[in-house]
Amino acid sequence: MALEQTIETDSLTLPQAQQAGAVSRWVHRNAAILILAVLLLILPAVAGPFILDQIVGWTMILGMIALSLMFLCGYGGMVSLAQMTVAGVSGYMIAVFGPSSLPSISLFWPWWVAAPVAILIAVAFGTVVGALSARTEGIYTIMITLALATAFFYLTLQNWPIFNGFNGFTTIPAPHFLGVNWRAPIPFYYMVLFFAALSYAAVLYISRAPFGLALQGVRDNPRRMEAIGYNVTAHRVAAYAFAALIAAVGGILLVWQNNQISPYSVGVNAVINILVIAVVGGITHPIGAFIGAFIYVILHTFALDALVAVGLDGRRFQLLIGLGFVIIVLFSPDGIVGIWRRLRARARTSGGGNPL
Amino acid sequence: MLPAFDSSNFRRNDGGSSVSTSLSGYGGRPSEGRASEARGDVLGQWIARHPVAALVIAVAVILVLWLVLAPWPPGVEEAIGKKRLFVNALFNGITLGGLYFLVATGFTLIFGLMRNVNLAHGSLYLFGGYMGYEATQWTGSWLFSYVIAFVCCAIVGMAMQFFIFRRMEGQDLRQTLVTLGLSIIFSDLMVWVWGGNAIQIDTPDYLQGPVPTPIIASIRSSGEMVFLRYPLVRLVIFAAAVVIGIGMWLALHRTRVGVMIRAGVDDRDMLSVLGYRVQLLFVLVFAFGAGLAGMAGVVGGTFQSISLGEDSHFLLASLVVVIVGGMGSIPGAALGALIIGLSEQLGIVYFQNYSTVLSFLIMAIVLVVRPQGLLGRR
Repeated sequence: MALEQTIETDSLTLPQAQQAGAVSRWVHRNAAILILAVLLLILPAVAGPFILDQIVGWTMILGMIALSLMFLCGYGGMVSLAQMTVAGVSGYMIAVFGPSSLPSISLFWPWWVAAPVAILIAVAFGTVVGALSARTEGIYTIMITLALATAFFYLTLQNWPIFNGFNGFTTIPAPHFLGVNWRAPIPFYYMVLFFAALSYAAVLYISRAPFGLALQGVRDNPRRMEAIGYNVTAHRVAAYAFAALIAAVGGILLVWQNNQISPYSVGVNAVINILVIAVVGGITHPIGAFIGAFIYVILHTFALDALVAVGLDGRRFQLLIGLGFVIIVLFSPDGIVGIWRRLRARARTSGGGNPL
Repeated sequence: MLPAFDSSNFRRNDGGSSVSTSLSGYGGRPSEGRASEARGDVLGQWIARHPVAALVIAVAVILVLWLVLAPWPPGVEEAIGKKRLFVNALFNGITLGGLYFLVATGFTLIFGLMRNVNLAHGSLYLFGGYMGYEATQWTGSWLFSYVIAFVCCAIVGMAMQFFIFRRMEGQDLRQTLVTLGLSIIFSDLMVWVWGGNAIQIDTPDYLQGPVPTPIIASIRSSGEMVFLRYPLVRLVIFAAAVVIGIGMWLALHRTRVGVMIRAGVDDRDMLSVLGYRVQLLFVLVFAFGAGLAGMAGVVGGTFQSISLGEDSHFLLASLVVVIVGGMGSIPGAALGALIIGLSEQLGIVYFQNYSTVLSFLIMAIVLVVRPQGLLGRR
């Protein structure tokens, strides 16, 4: 499994005596992330609604869904292609339980009932997917989850009583509360930022908590973990449930952002795009999901013009995505994060600069 | 491990003579005869061990036979609808199963031998369909289009194995990801060339139209019996799928290459260590599996139509068929294809909004009860 690499856990074993210097050291080590956080917080002051909504907002939403895959894949060794489907389930459920343009199906519950119920159903779905595929390994997991994802796509396509078939749902408003219209660009941006940061932090935290460490043990050697006394299947299913929670929140945000959901939102292309995002970004670190999502969004937004500018057909976007994906898998299986790590390591060994 | 590798190098330099002698020692007729006898015993033992399951299967078979052959009494018609619908769905399901078998068998063969989940298999199916369409447009011969589709897809498959997968042997996950990327590229290239419109391959004149079958569809009030009429081309193609299936079984169990393939499925490293040219075998099997997918594309183009999105449909079909039937098993692919084809077609008639859920449910049940698939081995 070339894609699996051990995660840096050096910050785990911090001696008690150095506790005092720990804060400054932590700041030093996470300087990049802190700068990024500050930039993202003050971004609405300088950027227009297009960048907030269509670039950064979309990046963070896709990043959350890819993050749920990164968690399963990077820490659990399970490549689940059903994460976009989990997001789609919660997206569909928010349209069914909450308001939409279809009064014959939608129940028009208030958001504070509809959203938790939608997330609950999506997490239940994700857990069932996990339970079905947790007993298998590696490529079998890909096959089963891809089959489940495609089955859900065909279900939404042909089912009219619940999923409204080919048309799906439109006009699904984000809630108004506390006197704020949460679909206005700036409030929506901060809402998305909050949830993206929360899930990023949660994944980082869990990766170092006992559960996450046990999960990484299961990834590296399930048999030995079983022998030590860990319940391997339970750990895997729990990982699926946690990943489903992140994906479900992302799914609801995605629906609110696009204002619609249709079978093609959960189609095979969408499902594969999430995998592409996670792999291109790098599945060894949570930030990879967001890097991959950013690249995808930039390509998706500007590739058309760029392709036309160099004299190619602007519709060849998928070709570009596919080629980029194959090249990354062939030459840098740990994605952009891996390239960055190698560059840093090279700079360190040759320059000899900061010995941190 | 290391000494074994040394001896394999030695064996290869040794030339083909030792290889052929060791092979002829393996595949003699008498042992085959004993094997088939043993197989009969296995069936008997299975029945003895699972009397309830055997009874259920026997009852189900008799029930289906009765439903197909007997004219339905009015009570049954009221409960589950017209007999014509049921028998049509049954026939559609079985013939669709034949098509799924053609697609899935290449998939399962490639998987069994190379541990390569070829997620570009659906793209190969679609490519074969388009090439077959082009061939019928140019030559006007429907049969010739199969040859073209087979050859084109086989070349693509060989190229994939030779240029890409050979370089990352043993890295299952990476190979799978590459096939996924290739499927994105292929599907976009095909949209580029053929556009998004559905294309139908014309059925040749000699296979046009329905033929009467000896199955009673309904009885008119006058007492006259109406026999079911069914499209000839679907019956012919189903028969061809059965012939191909039997041919493959014979090829796997009666020829030298077949013995090598079966040995490779069981233990690839051992086969390689014994000095057989595993890489050549891989390329051949990949070419054959891809070619079968291409031929299935022509079948699909004649049965239904080929268009954008059919690649993922048939990838899903192959995945589900192989998961249900058992990965790497050709009889498993046949059984799985039959089950999934039937469940899809009967589902469309009887549970319109949930027909895909039916095949998915079957898959889920199989995964829970028998994770390795119905005829799969651990």
